[in-house]
Amino acid sequence: MKILVFCQHENGAPVKASLCALAAAIEIATPAQAAAEISVLVCGTGSDAAAREIANLGYQVLVCADAALDFDRPVLIAQAIEAARNACSATFVVLASTSVGKDTGPRVAAMCDGAQASDIIGVNTDGTFQRPMFAGNVFATVELNSAIKIITVRPTAFQPVKEKAAQPGSISALTVTLDSALAGEIISFDTAKSERPTLADAEVIVSGGRALASNENFQKIVFPLADAFGAAIGASRAAVDSGYAPNDWQVGQTGKVVAPALYVAVGISGAIQHLAGMKDSKFIVAINKDGDAPIYEVADFGLVADLFVAAPELAQAVAKARGK
Amino acid sequence: MKILVAIKRVPDYQAKIKVKADGSGIETDGIKWIVNPFCEIAIEEALRLKEAGKATEVIVATVGSADAATQLRYALAMGADAAFLIKHDAPLDSDLSSKALAALIKRENAGLVILGKQSIDLDANQTPQLLAQRLGWAQACFASKVEIAETHATVTREVDGGLQTVRVPLPCVISTDLRLNEPRYASLPNIMKAKKKPLVEVTLAELSVTGEAKVIIKKMSAPLARKGGRKLESVAALVTALQQEAKVL
Repeated sequence: MKILVFCQHENGAPVKASLCALAAAIEIATPAQAAAEISVLVCGTGSDAAAREIANLGYQVLVCADAALDFDRPVLIAQAIEAARNACSATFVVLASTSVGKDTGPRVAAMCDGAQASDIIGVNTDGTFQRPMFAGNVFATVELNSAIKIITVRPTAFQPVKEKAAQPGSISALTVTLDSALAGEIISFDTAKSERPTLADAEVIVSGGRALASNENFQKIVFPLADAFGAAIGASRAAVDSGYAPNDWQVGQTGKVVAPALYVAVGISGAIQHLAGMKDSKFIVAINKDGDAPIYEVADFGLVADLFVAAPELAQAVAKARGK
Repeated sequence: MKILVAIKRVPDYQAKIKVKADGSGIETDGIKWIVNPFCEIAIEEALRLKEAGKATEVIVATVGSADAATQLRYALAMGADAAFLIKHDAPLDSDLSSKALAALIKRENAGLVILGKQSIDLDANQTPQLLAQRLGWAQACFASKVEIAETHATVTREVDGGLQTVRVPLPCVISTDLRLNEPRYASLPNIMKAKKKPLVEVTLAELSVTGEAKVIIKKMSAPLARKGGRKLESVAALVTALQQEAKVL
């Protein structure tokens, strides 16, 4: 079999989520044949460094350096992926289930009359896949009855590929004639640069909920606690809806799915939809003044307390414990 | 311009979902069925566009069994003008749904299609994108703001890094995200009016759509429950636990 993996890159390196997708692709490949069966596609300008890094992992890389692919426009990325798939005669296309992957995977599926399994958390030896449904309350085993299978991968379910191979893979250029009639233009991208780790990469996440009651409080209470841990910052839907945090901090069924070593939920009640995004965290701490809040059902360590007192106290204690 | 909104009937988002003992599906006894929350947001956006004079008609459609007519009636009660039930009792997937919807959209000559970004039951997040590709249209998914002009739609999308605003040509498919709008409740007069609005049943055969679902659910199971935790008395006790048990400090 042949598998095409789509790899996103940022600042000259493959993104972690795509290295998790590569790990899933390795599980899909015939045992001991992954290097022969897998090809990785990187797109856009500035992709050479990322291409070399993937080649060093032992996989052949196709580079489609067209500048039109620099911006996340699914119509064009799908065309590049389908062209690469054809070039490799791949019957599997594997992408991380990032917003680019979500946007693009199904377009590729329709282009090649394939079928997609979204956000998989496991690869079964019988060719079926595990994926979450009903906000992660059900694990479904799905089978794809199609010649070509599109797989988007939940990054938290697979360890990113890191090990360098003895033999690097080849790197070759792929030229694709892109039809931009439907592609549209990017007018703006509102994104905040931060010194903090990203939600995708962080070992520790501190998340704030509705109980913080204001944008000012969110910054006054959550930020120092996150900084004490060296953590990324997350938020519940309610907090984002109320304007206490930006949309890309939302953790949940329809926001980001995270699984850090430690998740600290501050003033979050624990709605089903929020749990869907964080219940695979290794350790969970909950700080809430309502001892009956559902968040305590998943918390390893619960503190029933006024977060306006407990969170700053915790921030101080953590900073001290970490020698800061 | 006609707007078509595709919706789905799903279990209430607050329902505690249990897998049947034999793994063949979920327990449906006592479940309240609703219009998928993202689809409700789609209906609301379409109605606002009509009220703003950007569209002449809002039609709503779903692919599924006869039960789904209830959800179509709810959409009509919110203010949609007409509804189509593409009746299909055999297993469905996003792929087959998108084929059926594409055929209906072409037949009804809709100029804009709005759907929820994902349904909260199967969480696949595929139908809008599949539909856009099948129709040969542009797409703007995960919308938190929509502006429609003569020939283009300007859509702000919630993506991993923040908010991206794109301008895509019409006709296009838009999928809704949570913060696009707050859907209206159907008022009693509108619920009454809805009974007189057309709800038409169509078959796949009438739409010249053949085929079966390609994504087959073989089995369902419940995830392993997390082992229970405990409540601690103080911040100091918490820090000790984090150091000694979680070993994260």
